[in-house]
Amino acid sequence: MLQETRIVLRNVGEINPVSVEDYRKRGGYESLRKALTMPPEDVIAEIEKSRLRGRGGAGFPTARKWSFVLKAESEQKYVICNADEGEPGTNKDRIVLSNDPNSVFEGMAIAAWAVGADRGFLYLRFEYPYVFPILEQALQNARDAGCLGKNIFGTDFNFDITVVSGGGAYVCGEETALIESIEGNRGEPRFKPPYPGISGLYGKPTVVNNVETLANIPVIMDKGGEWFSKTGVPSCTGTKVFTLCGNIAQKGVFEYPMGTNLRDIFETHGGVKDNRDLRGFMLGGQSGNLINASQIDLPMDIDSCQQAESVLGTGTIMVIDDYTEILDIVENIMKFFIEESCGKCTPCREGNIRIYEVIQRINRGEGKMDDMILLEELAETMNIASLCGLGQNSSVAVITSMHNFREDYLKAIERGRRA
Amino acid sequence: MSKVKLTIDGLPVEIEEGATILRAADELDIYIPTLCYHPDQNVKANCRICVVEVVGMKLLVPACSYPATEGMAVLTHSQRVRTARRNILELILARHAQDCLHCDRSGFCELQKVSEEMHFLRTPRYPYVARSDYWDDSSPSIVRNSQKCVACGRCEYVCSNIQTVHALSKVGRGFEVNFEPAYGKKLGDSVCINCGQCIQACPTAALTIYDYTLRVWRAFADPQKTVVAQVAPAVRITLAEALGEAPGTISTGRLVTALKRVGFDVVFDTDFTADLTIMEEGTELLGRINNGGVLPMITSCSPGWIKFCETYYPDLIPNLSTCKSPQAMFGALIKTFYAKQIRKVPSDIFSVSIMPCTAKKFEAQRPEMGRNGYRDVDVVISVQEIARMIRSAGINFSNLPETPFDSPFGLGSGAGEIFGATGGVMEAALRTVYEIVTGKELDSLDFESVRGFEGIKEASVMVGDIKVKVAVAHGLGNARKLMDAIRAKEADYHFIEIMACPGGCIGGGGNPIKNWRKMGPRLEAVYREDKNMPLRKSHENPYVKKLYEDFLGEPNSHKCHELLHTRYVDRSYLLR
Repeated sequence: MLQETRIVLRNVGEINPVSVEDYRKRGGYESLRKALTMPPEDVIAEIEKSRLRGRGGAGFPTARKWSFVLKAESEQKYVICNADEGEPGTNKDRIVLSNDPNSVFEGMAIAAWAVGADRGFLYLRFEYPYVFPILEQALQNARDAGCLGKNIFGTDFNFDITVVSGGGAYVCGEETALIESIEGNRGEPRFKPPYPGISGLYGKPTVVNNVETLANIPVIMDKGGEWFSKTGVPSCTGTKVFTLCGNIAQKGVFEYPMGTNLRDIFETHGGVKDNRDLRGFMLGGQSGNLINASQIDLPMDIDSCQQAESVLGTGTIMVIDDYTEILDIVENIMKFFIEESCGKCTPCREGNIRIYEVIQRINRGEGKMDDMILLEELAETMNIASLCGLGQNSSVAVITSMHNFREDYLKAIERGRRA
Repeated sequence: MSKVKLTIDGLPVEIEEGATILRAADELDIYIPTLCYHPDQNVKANCRICVVEVVGMKLLVPACSYPATEGMAVLTHSQRVRTARRNILELILARHAQDCLHCDRSGFCELQKVSEEMHFLRTPRYPYVARSDYWDDSSPSIVRNSQKCVACGRCEYVCSNIQTVHALSKVGRGFEVNFEPAYGKKLGDSVCINCGQCIQACPTAALTIYDYTLRVWRAFADPQKTVVAQVAPAVRITLAEALGEAPGTISTGRLVTALKRVGFDVVFDTDFTADLTIMEEGTELLGRINNGGVLPMITSCSPGWIKFCETYYPDLIPNLSTCKSPQAMFGALIKTFYAKQIRKVPSDIFSVSIMPCTAKKFEAQRPEMGRNGYRDVDVVISVQEIARMIRSAGINFSNLPETPFDSPFGLGSGAGEIFGATGGVMEAALRTVYEIVTGKELDSLDFESVRGFEGIKEASVMVGDIKVKVAVAHGLGNARKLMDAIRAKEADYHFIEIMACPGGCIGGGGNPIKNWRKMGPRLEAVYREDKNMPLRKSHENPYVKKLYEDFLGEPNSHKCHELLHTRYVDRSYLLR
């Protein structure tokens, strides 16, 4: 039985989400106060010591991202909190934002101080309308208490946050599409480089961090990067907030140290629902990997997952029981990506639907072995040649399932041949 | 600027920091296929045809947007690159109606070129799926067929960013993406101003010129009809290019020969009515200056610009010169004065304009441009269309002898000829207005300050004791800046020339497919032609003078107003 290690979720269930007093009673905004006494370089150095990596999926070192923006010369810089948690089956950011919004605001304010920004945007997923008033109220209370706004804590540091609602597009979780959306354009990704750290919102240097990343920041500033780096594994420190979903007995959002074994998490939360057999997992959301039951001994951190040709991604663990057809899952995932492709680049715009057609054909028992070659080629092309993360990862489920559940494909094709 | 060293396909190259891989490859004469890339536009990096492999990187990168960096090793046709590129091309081809045999762009289609160069020799493995709502021929100028669309976004860029017309925009998401007017409108009912710059930007035949050549062939076959052609100033500059010769090859004499051989009975020169326009417009301008009329007066030769003004700036309609365009003036003269001269009823004359322009097709169909139930101009065909007619008549254009234009409308001045380039109308007007007002000859006829491709050009000229302030804009994005300044009462010009197309008529939508590299030689050719003309001032054109004496009276007379001037309508409802 595992015990949760709560860093990101430290205040969840302990405070009134909109109350800045509650948050401050538990040490809130003291980290910001402390950061404001330090030069920005020292704040970044502290984060660097923690070896914190981004929690949005890519795992880019946060301190390095910030130092790009700090070094970029510009009158105006921005901090954006990416709260467009669109990955199906992922709920961690919603839990943080609706229970402890101030920890995210404080993280944004520290980031702003560290890079020299004075405006922040929190881009909230369209499907989280009930969180919107919580954020607005919490923001107002924080402003009234002098923790945000003009002359924070009597210093000459100004920082305020605007909450922006998304329009319901999954692709806007991609940082440059999110920026386009805030600017009022079609939510389409930009090509990179230039990265947002150099040319982001309105062409200005911009930090874009995930909710979970930002919620870690106040703790690191409070207890020190050294302390933080002791949790987790050396290459990937701290905790990860996992969302358990699918055919698992106990669903929900739980926080464990990076590197915690998948089997331990799975067993702690009751294993497969209704005592069925385990077929496999879908890790990291719809853009993640399908692995089979034999791969269960997997340390859940960014690098270990990558070495095992899997992905930690957003930390979503979807459990698949033996009543579920893998090809149905893949078909469904492709349907999702057909819906969510923005249509900008060729591989993603045209590819998702073509993969779907082939998967559907195989699943119906009308497939041929040639289709396997076609799928492999097309999925690989989309993976390496698409413009943004959506197109690059939409076919990952196909690639991994063809590898880890090859027999399902072959059986379906065989079934068709006999019929 | 510091330089970076890298290798491409093993060959070393040095290039300034920040340059893309595509540029670096160009230095080495290594060709990388592109589709969404256009030399005159911003980089889009969305077609992904130009992907290359950077050694050590997991993902391929688009050569058009990815910067070359120090020590980088690029592979442009490794197995990974070739497979990815061919798969991407296959995806595009599966959405592209493959009817090259009877396609308008066959032979100069960028997709066809890429497909051929990549040696793609099979049918796509995917079933062909057409885009929904793919056909739109509601506009008299432009046909949209998104069966051919590769969703590169070049049309949207030129329409929205260069022309600021916003007729074409990206509609729908994912597989359903389409470039069309917003809210399901058809082009013909939209804010589209028919400039055809989208046709010039399109890599395929998703946007093409509305073809009217069949009506011309039919007229040739009708013994009742006298088929009369008028040829715009820019046509003699770009026609040879459309038939495979170098940009900037002037083909005036050969052009007349070719038209006669194709079947035209009479070939007139629109330079003539350009001179007439100068007489009318110059007189109108002097009238406005002397009588406190609405200033600045703005030229009205460019029908794309006219519709733009009617749509976006209807409050500035009083600023527009009431003069018809040279084509429309000619149309009116052919069906009245000339018809009488050759003793024909107007309906027995078939009047064809050969223009560098697609908006002229719209202009000719405006209700104002005709009388007593007949059209002044029956059909407008573009340079691309006449080039097709010449080819399909089996004429070897490069070897033709020269023929002069027919009288009485065959003589134009250099002033008329430079109407083909941005700043030309202004320069022609200045040559005439100066000499009429002062009675003195100009020392130099070359007004360099209004020439060239700068977006907005300004000049002031002392005409007698008035300091005349003028401005010239080409491309409607630039026009918009001037119009906003007029609206804000921040502009104190007397006279403004506006051409809808970047570069003026030589950059018009009906020309062979262009980019700015071809525009330089075209522009140079216009002024070369002007220099070589025996007459260089509109008011010295003897046939123009004679026309006033015999038929029109004096400039801006009642007869002139009836035939050579027009009125405009408020089209701002199109924005709703």
